Amino acid sequence: MPEWMSFAGRKLLRLITLLVAVAIFSYTLISLSPIDPVDAYIGADMLLISPEQRAQIAARWGLDQPPLARFIAWARELAGGNFGTSLIFNRPVLEIIGERFIASLGLMATAWLVSGLLGYALGILAGARPGSLLDRAVRLYAYILASSPSFWVALLLLMAFSVGLRWTPICCASPPGLLPEEVTLAHRLHHLILPAITLSIVGVANMALHTRQKLIEVLESDYALFARAQGATTRDLVRHHGLRNVALPAITLQGASLSELFGGAVLVEQVFTYPGLGEATVQAALRSDVPLLLGIVFFSAIFVFAGNTLADLAYRLVDPRIRIGAATP
Amino acid sequence: MSTLTETPAPMRAGPAPRPWQLNRRQRTLLTIGLCLLALSAVLAGAWLIGDDGLATNLAARNQPPSLAHPFGTDWLGRDMLTRTLHGLSLSLGVGLLAAVVSAVIGAALGLLAATLGGAADAVITWVIDVFFSLPHLVLLIMIAFTVGGGTIGVIVAVALTHWTGLARIIRAEVLQLKSAHYVQLSARLGRGPLWVARHHMLPHLLPQFIVGLILLFPHAILHEAALSFIGIGLSPHLPAIGIILAEAMRYLATGSWWLALFPGLALLLAVTAFDVLGEQVRDVIEPKQSQG
Repeated sequence: MPEWMSFAGRKLLRLITLLVAVAIFSYTLISLSPIDPVDAYIGADMLLISPEQRAQIAARWGLDQPPLARFIAWARELAGGNFGTSLIFNRPVLEIIGERFIASLGLMATAWLVSGLLGYALGILAGARPGSLLDRAVRLYAYILASSPSFWVALLLLMAFSVGLRWTPICCASPPGLLPEEVTLAHRLHHLILPAITLSIVGVANMALHTRQKLIEVLESDYALFARAQGATTRDLVRHHGLRNVALPAITLQGASLSELFGGAVLVEQVFTYPGLGEATVQAALRSDVPLLLGIVFFSAIFVFAGNTLADLAYRLVDPRIRIGAATP
Repeated sequence: MSTLTETPAPMRAGPAPRPWQLNRRQRTLLTIGLCLLALSAVLAGAWLIGDDGLATNLAARNQPPSLAHPFGTDWLGRDMLTRTLHGLSLSLGVGLLAAVVSAVIGAALGLLAATLGGAADAVITWVIDVFFSLPHLVLLIMIAFTVGGGTIGVIVAVALTHWTGLARIIRAEVLQLKSAHYVQLSARLGRGPLWVARHHMLPHLLPQFIVGLILLFPHAILHEAALSFIGIGLSPHLPAIGIILAEAMRYLATGSWWLALFPGLALLLAVTAFDVLGEQVRDVIEPKQSQG
């Protein structure tokens, strides 16, 4: 079997077990919840419904079945791609998630790339000369950003650039009052820029500190000492030994950062009233839209998984040792 | 993380240190003291300043920061310094409670996984893996939602989602200790398992637990604030920092910048204080780890 096929097979198996785990987990959580589904469905009409009608609703939804039978029925629907209908939007959950994800994708992709590259660059600059003024500045920046709530950073930027300087719009993904077909790419970019900057500068901290630490380790290693003895300067060391060796852990870290990025997007979209997936998550929770919330939980699990898998793939491209040693994974 | 500690200054042969210069241990202890002082100042401040500033005072609405109101006033004329101190102590309280519960869960499950092994270990590591495969905030929202939101919802959500890291650390530590030569030798010499646990395991585990607990505080507090900010956490009647910032968001367009700036800054300082505290306590009680 070709090497890539076994890699894909292993990843697929891992994804399936992960999704089963998430299904069991979220089913347990929802069934432990004190919220009664029939009550939640009836809402304000509680007094108009007789006990017989309640029993009918429960029977219609299969709530009279034992828990295991309910789980199997639900899981079978999920496996068939039916995530139900969103209560807020009254449309299939998958449609809503697809639409919202496309809106968020630009935001998250920009932030992911910028924070990764900027964090890597800052980490290299800081790690090349530990203790220097630049190093201290980068570390201070990273510590402060790591402890700041991202929604607060978003609020500050909004105050400075949208309210104070009026450079960027104050909300939404397009100017209010325009029909969807009138919105141009320039409009979209104009509305995207500040949320994307917020997510990027918050995401830089982790990458910068990590890269800095790894580069210091490389520069203190024996082979770096040997290279120095042969007359290599710090610049040579960073170029020929640092950049490549540090790139490997950085890729893994950046792949794993999708989890943080998703959480950041939830908060930042809330501040900028940006109609993306994060905003939909908050709406689903605030307005008790269980199908949509569960759909997003599944989607976010796949999203995080995709990030880690991409990192694994990139690893194979960057590191020749893995390709050669692939026969023994 | 050793990245967070100051890299030790190289030993230099030079003039003897002047008497007022502190050595590294003294500096660390001083920092711990300052952090504790700052954090207790928040709690004491909320108590000392009283509730007077929380009363509605429409004559003094939307005032920018001044000597009388260092943090300004909001749209009901309430003093923002008073609100910030009260909100911060509430957030700290909720965060601390949730973090302690979380740390106890983490330690208990880590110990169980390592000592029982077999099926128990498999189940616990599986649960930890599932937790790590979802974005933390989604997990928080999901749990807070199923519990029904509110203060209980936040505490349960934060407590149930922060134990995984500590559980992993404790499990790994116990597994490592179990296979250590001196532990096995001790058992051969006739010491009972409880004696070994008390004399060989506990001294290693306790520092890990304490440092892990303190380093949980910043995360717990930030996540409490985030949940309250998006409206799934504490109710608007309990003005925690997250609520104050969510309210400030609605008054941003009017140019009331002080409503968001100072409460957020206070939260940032409190979180940083806990972070520094954890790192410094680690330096004191786990000196091996801090010599990176």
